[in-house]
Amino acid sequence: MEGRDATAVTVRPEAPGSPGRREGFGDLALAAASSKTFLTGAAILVFWVFMALFWGVVAPYDPQAVDPTASLAPPSGEHWFGTDNLGRDVLSRVLAGASSVLTVAPLGTALGMVGGIAVGLVTGYYRGRVDDVIMRVVDALLAFPLIIIAVLVLSVLGSSKVNVVLVIGVVFTPIVARTVRSAVLSEREREYVAAARLRGESGGYIMVSEILPNILSPIAVEATIRLGYAIFTSATLSFLSLGIQEPSPDWGLTISLGRVYLQAAPWVVVFPALALATLVVAVNLVADGLLQAVEE
Amino acid sequence: MSAANGRATVDVEGLSISYLRRRQPLRVIEDLTFSIRPGEAYGLVGESGCGKSTVAMALMRYLPQNAVVDAGRVTFAGDDLLGADGATLRRWRGSRMAMVYQDPASALNPSMRVGAQISEVYRQHRGMDGAAASKEAEAMLGKVRITDPGRILGRYPHELSGGQQQRVMIAMALSTDPELLVLDEPTTGLDATVEAEVLDLVEQLRSDFDTSILFISHNLGVVRRVCERVGVLYAGRLIEEGPSDELLREPRHPYTLGLLRCVPRRGMRKDALRLEPIPGSLPPLGADLPGCVYASRCPIARERCHVEPPPPYDTGDGRISRCHYHDEVPTIPPGEQQITPPPPSDGATLLKVEDLVKTYGTSGNSMQAVAGVSFEVRQGEVFGLVGESGSGKTSLARCLSGLVDASSGRATFEDHLDISAAEHRRNAELRRKLQMIFQNPDTSLNPRHSVRRILGRALLLLAGVKNRRERERRSLELASSVRLEPRHLQVRPSALSGGLKQRVAIARAFAGEPALVLCDEPVSALDVSVQAAILNLLLDVQAERKVSYLFISHDLNVVRYLADSIGVMYLGQLVDVGPARAVFDPPHHPYTEALVSAMTTLEDSGGSRPRIKLGGPMPSPSDPPSGCRFHTRCPRFLGDICRDEAPPWQRDGEGHQYRCHIRPGELSGLQRANGASPDEPQAATRRDHPPKENGRQG
Repeated sequence: MEGRDATAVTVRPEAPGSPGRREGFGDLALAAASSKTFLTGAAILVFWVFMALFWGVVAPYDPQAVDPTASLAPPSGEHWFGTDNLGRDVLSRVLAGASSVLTVAPLGTALGMVGGIAVGLVTGYYRGRVDDVIMRVVDALLAFPLIIIAVLVLSVLGSSKVNVVLVIGVVFTPIVARTVRSAVLSEREREYVAAARLRGESGGYIMVSEILPNILSPIAVEATIRLGYAIFTSATLSFLSLGIQEPSPDWGLTISLGRVYLQAAPWVVVFPALALATLVVAVNLVADGLLQAVEE
Repeated sequence: MSAANGRATVDVEGLSISYLRRRQPLRVIEDLTFSIRPGEAYGLVGESGCGKSTVAMALMRYLPQNAVVDAGRVTFAGDDLLGADGATLRRWRGSRMAMVYQDPASALNPSMRVGAQISEVYRQHRGMDGAAASKEAEAMLGKVRITDPGRILGRYPHELSGGQQQRVMIAMALSTDPELLVLDEPTTGLDATVEAEVLDLVEQLRSDFDTSILFISHNLGVVRRVCERVGVLYAGRLIEEGPSDELLREPRHPYTLGLLRCVPRRGMRKDALRLEPIPGSLPPLGADLPGCVYASRCPIARERCHVEPPPPYDTGDGRISRCHYHDEVPTIPPGEQQITPPPPSDGATLLKVEDLVKTYGTSGNSMQAVAGVSFEVRQGEVFGLVGESGSGKTSLARCLSGLVDASSGRATFEDHLDISAAEHRRNAELRRKLQMIFQNPDTSLNPRHSVRRILGRALLLLAGVKNRRERERRSLELASSVRLEPRHLQVRPSALSGGLKQRVAIARAFAGEPALVLCDEPVSALDVSVQAAILNLLLDVQAERKVSYLFISHDLNVVRYLADSIGVMYLGQLVDVGPARAVFDPPHHPYTEALVSAMTTLEDSGGSRPRIKLGGPMPSPSDPPSGCRFHTRCPRFLGDICRDEAPPWQRDGEGHQYRCHIRPGELSGLQRANGASPDEPQAATRRDHPPKENGRQG
């Protein structure tokens, strides 16, 4: 403490609400909001969330409306992004396609976060035998490439939106658990945890009410990073036709089905691919912005 | 004020520095002017946040990126320092100016041998080849009085003790015979005996080298020992400057006086004198203060002080004070001396520890942190536990508090409660009666909980207050008993200053009317002005609630002031235990003797007492020496008996006993002959404020 005035500046007790490293969520959001990276990502993300909810209002055509007379039409004033092999408007399908990925990915992420936080808290706080056993299982799970586990599980369970959510959740749990566990390990050595133990708090209370609120920042960062991966995973699974099924305008599925026409009608593939790219990049920008805010 | 004879090594004039935060400049150094003459040691003192490290960084041109120099001029040996370009700075740093940091363990490169790190300087700045450089390095280590420098060269930093590491740092800094050496809190993280060692070295080096030194410290006693002149920083302003002896004996600024009055002075005891904390707190950074920065806390502030900033008044003898009423400072009366009557102690034993052992690690690779400790704490007393880091005092506290299980031995509380078991096996009564206050309030209070929640939770679990209303009422009561205001209940700890946070921690420990509170270095993370307030508070609460404290500290001044009984620990064992007075006076254990002689008190003008030097570093607790554990370093080592036989307890009346082969009568003679008589008998009753006791110095 003593003799490091430069640091003392940021944690000065006399200035309430100063952006110390261990401040709350509100301060994190505030710091993130002043970063251009975060704002750019957030703007794109908000755009796609809006589309996922209100594509019905915005889309110029019904994304499922077949028009055999306008099959594989190139982009024009009438169809800005062109049409696909069945004459469906690509723009409308891209806009509508946001909803499936933005349902599956966040739900899967949420499931993985809940599971990972629970496992991470318990292993990190209790250590010992429980920790050893669970972490070895986690190591084993992490050794498998994510996509292989997903393919395995989905071929057994059958493909449906719910199953994709479950798979993403299960695959993310050990990854999140690691992050949470390491945060808990350093937090549990702090004296406020010792003080809680000395007044006889239960393990559950200490984990949930004492430790958890103090590790929300790394958890928030982890969640956004995971969301990016979840979007990518869900698109990949659709592309491998293990996820969302026809006739959904899902981007991964559309790319998969349209890739036959890549040479003749690239717009069928390029626009949903671009949409997917912008969404993943947006989420990563948000994650970067948050990470910077946490580290500052 | 600049150098009268010849050119100053460093000349700072009107320096103002701001830090940018959220694009908002916050002034941290305001109109700073001082100079260091060649060969002079200049001490810069102040509490945390006053800007002293910023000054050091500015002199080395190491300021962080968000720092802006708003005004002023710094010249280094006549050359403009602030305007110097990168190439010039690289040439200067390391060869003409050097810096030693607070924590030598992190300032040395852990992956390089010490020899390679020192000889790098010679190769870099003197263009020497490898062999010549390492020869020079060895010679340099000899100059900083490292024993066996040849062997040390081949070691890695982690193989050295803290004192050796700091010597290596100093050797590196001095290797090019720089004109300026900046020492930034060089002894702060070190143990008392090591601190004394390093300060001795700095004193000796002053005569060997003609280097100007800027010595930065928060410890007035340390600065007094080493420096000729002292500048006192407060809120980024140099509020007083002058020759160190005169300045500290008769300060001319109320802040300096306040600092001097809030540290326990030699022979000062709680039953005779009360510490005087400085009221209020440091103004926030960037605060717009039209008048004197200290006005809001000053006992003699008038209206003029709040509107007119005081210029640097020349008070004669090369002294400067930024106080409009500097003439009145010597006549400021000591504050109200309301001495808290010590609680009536019935002398009953509250805590009885018998042969307590705590071993960490497995059988193959184990470390006995506490190696068979026995002592008693009586009702209503303060039992002080002292010892250097690694002596096992914190491990002992963790065993007693129940954070860890004791490996063997017994500890009984109030005659019937067994406390050798860990916390989850303790019952509610024991938890309530035995609480703990931790060293650092920043980490002992959950940063995400409001003070209300922190206290409420403690009341719920320790006092069993289930009703929400009742809990609120009791929280307010508890807060007011530690002099917190109701508005403090709503905020989170981050909105409180260090002292207020520690008050919350104290209130929490007292939620369930404890009988014994373990205080693990409760004031060592706090500034001196806050320290005094917390120590007073602990005494007040003790008087109100009749509690006992087990007070762990490395600061002997504090323990001597506060404790009724004292236990001295070395390598996991208690080596000296008894009533406070008896432990501090000879005869006492040679280790206690060394600790006492290493104390830096304000009264020492340096060199008045022979310091007892301990040989070598503290052995590792995982492989303690045979016989007497202290024999490897003992200044009164007798011979084989110390090496082979564990020493017996020697009794010296009044319940004082120590573990040594030398009998009390003999030891007393040896220790008194050495002149290490630390206490004048009348000291405790003397009205102890600086202006009146200048007879002994000078």
